[in-house]
Amino acid sequence: MGFFHRHRGLTPYLLLAPGLAWLAVFFLVPLGFLAYQSLQSGNFDVGYSFDWAWGNYWDALERYHEQLTRSVVYAGLATVFALLISYPLAYWIAFRGGRWKNLLLVMIIAPFFVTYLIRTLAWQTILADEGPVVGIFRDVGILGDGGRLLATSTAVVAGITYNFLPFMALPLYVSLEAIDHRLIEAAEDLYASRLQAFLRVTLPLSLPGVVAGTLLTFIPAAGDFINAELLGTPKQAMIGNVIQSKFLELTDYPSAASLSFTLMAVILVLIAIYARVIGTEKLTG
Amino acid sequence: MNDMLTRDELLRRAALGAGLLSMPGLLAACGGGNGGSGGKRELAKTMRFSNWTYYMDVDEKTKKWLTLEAFKKEFGVDVKYTEDVDSNSQFFGKIQGPLSRDQSIDRDLIVLTDNERFLATVIDKGWAEKLDKDAIPNIENLVDVQRHPGFDPDREYSLPWCSGMTGIAYNTKLTKQPVTSMEQLLEDKALKGKVAILNSFADTLGLVILENGDDPGKITDDSFSRALDRVQAAQDAGQFRGITGNSYTGPLASGDLLACVGWSGDIEQLHLDNPDLTWVIPKAGGMIWTDNVLIPKGGDAYTASVFMNYIYDPEVAAKLYGHIHYISPVKGSREALIKIDPETANNELFFPTEKTLSQVHLVDPAALKNQSYNEQWQAVLGV
Repeated sequence: MGFFHRHRGLTPYLLLAPGLAWLAVFFLVPLGFLAYQSLQSGNFDVGYSFDWAWGNYWDALERYHEQLTRSVVYAGLATVFALLISYPLAYWIAFRGGRWKNLLLVMIIAPFFVTYLIRTLAWQTILADEGPVVGIFRDVGILGDGGRLLATSTAVVAGITYNFLPFMALPLYVSLEAIDHRLIEAAEDLYASRLQAFLRVTLPLSLPGVVAGTLLTFIPAAGDFINAELLGTPKQAMIGNVIQSKFLELTDYPSAASLSFTLMAVILVLIAIYARVIGTEKLTG
Repeated sequence: MNDMLTRDELLRRAALGAGLLSMPGLLAACGGGNGGSGGKRELAKTMRFSNWTYYMDVDEKTKKWLTLEAFKKEFGVDVKYTEDVDSNSQFFGKIQGPLSRDQSIDRDLIVLTDNERFLATVIDKGWAEKLDKDAIPNIENLVDVQRHPGFDPDREYSLPWCSGMTGIAYNTKLTKQPVTSMEQLLEDKALKGKVAILNSFADTLGLVILENGDDPGKITDDSFSRALDRVQAAQDAGQFRGITGNSYTGPLASGDLLACVGWSGDIEQLHLDNPDLTWVIPKAGGMIWTDNVLIPKGGDAYTASVFMNYIYDPEVAAKLYGHIHYISPVKGSREALIKIDPETANNELFFPTEKTLSQVHLVDPAALKNQSYNEQWQAVLGV
């Protein structure tokens, strides 16, 4: 007690210390090691040594820009679809869920008690050629007779969308739930139509949730490799698959590290642009 | 390594030093718990064993591992059996960190395949304990072809667990005609988009190299490129639905795949549920591979060796290999099995005849280690 009284200025730092220590040990140190490794050259048998091998980065961009672009496109599409699916869902639960709210929220999370891999493998069955989804799509003419869903880009994007849906739905729910209903009523009292009230009151107030949800979905989705591996073919390979192959199959750690950094840089740039467009104050609400 | 301490060992000894009471423990520590020939020759209480799935006989009702239970009964060693090897590269990725830092991976036996480079790497890097050959008199039952493999010429570090063959699996009902060549698999328009190949190059390229009339046991730049180009062409033409690891069995069973490159034992297992699935050695020849047990550094070499000696007893092997659908490396195991289960013992795929074995080939170990080949193959996989 006495100590904290005398050094009141220190308190915030002391409270921050565990978090900072955690970040330093489990984020900054590995990141530094990864950066160091990304500039090494050599091979696995004789060992890798550090020699400022910036060439690793050029190789990464030159040889794998296709997979990198594909990752950004797939992750972007999945984020948009997840938003389109989650917004009405979260809206409905927040405003009309009533006493079922908690149950409905649990239902969103329920599939995630099953491991990621098994969930994705289940999609192999759902989207199988003789499965129900393909059957219906063929009947209504979305797919031709020989058409298939599995082993296509559609399957990969659908898989990613599904796997990251809760990361979108939950932040949306939180920000929609917090909206004061009286504001919407006030808008309607002032002769706003329901659409206008939504566009000028509800939507802007839920933007922090939209921003948080899109970031939480897009960032991990861009690095995902399970969906492309299990639901796609080599033509759908994403940058995560390349990194996995470099790291595990080829034991080419410097290339894997430089690709990871490149991916991180691309994501940071995209987020910076996004934050710029939508305005940083929306991030914090 | 024998005179170097692992971190675990250091901690264990420090704890013992602090306690300084437990005499037997102290003696064991002084003996250098790392085993190896001339190390401690006392059976451990538990042996930790990492293996692939479907590689141990199981009692369907009690879910107990039969061979391991029998071993425990006879030697009092409890085997902690984990089916956590599902890919050579991923398992290697997991263990290479600790092993390269001289840390124990808490395993006494692990299993890696000879048709990928990781098995040779573990031995070459000195990350494996020597077998305690004095404890394995049954090594004389090892089949002749397995005695002097390139990665371990005198079998100082490794012993075969079982072998399997790579060939073509197909659905007889859906393909209408037999698929017996890689030419059909890669180029037949009737199979377009309904074919899968395995993602390890020894399996898939090995078969294509044979189809091209080249020798997979001595791969040259030319024969490699010829085969690779053929796979790439099929890939560009949209022939493949997927390039998979061991995940091809589901789509094959569901009919999403008509034909694929596959392993003998897997298909034999699927065949029980779906009689339309069959497996053949391609006309131009098939590939053979062997999963080998190794004792990772820090493992208990004596206990592991006693265990392998037990497995190499033909009577024990008969029961084990009669169950697991892969090929036994133990001489006399078929003869012992005929008495208990003649049907399995006479199955060509589990206990292949000389004629079958003459149709399958080993992959060139030098090609496995060739980084450029590995990179070119990964590029065909789209990564």
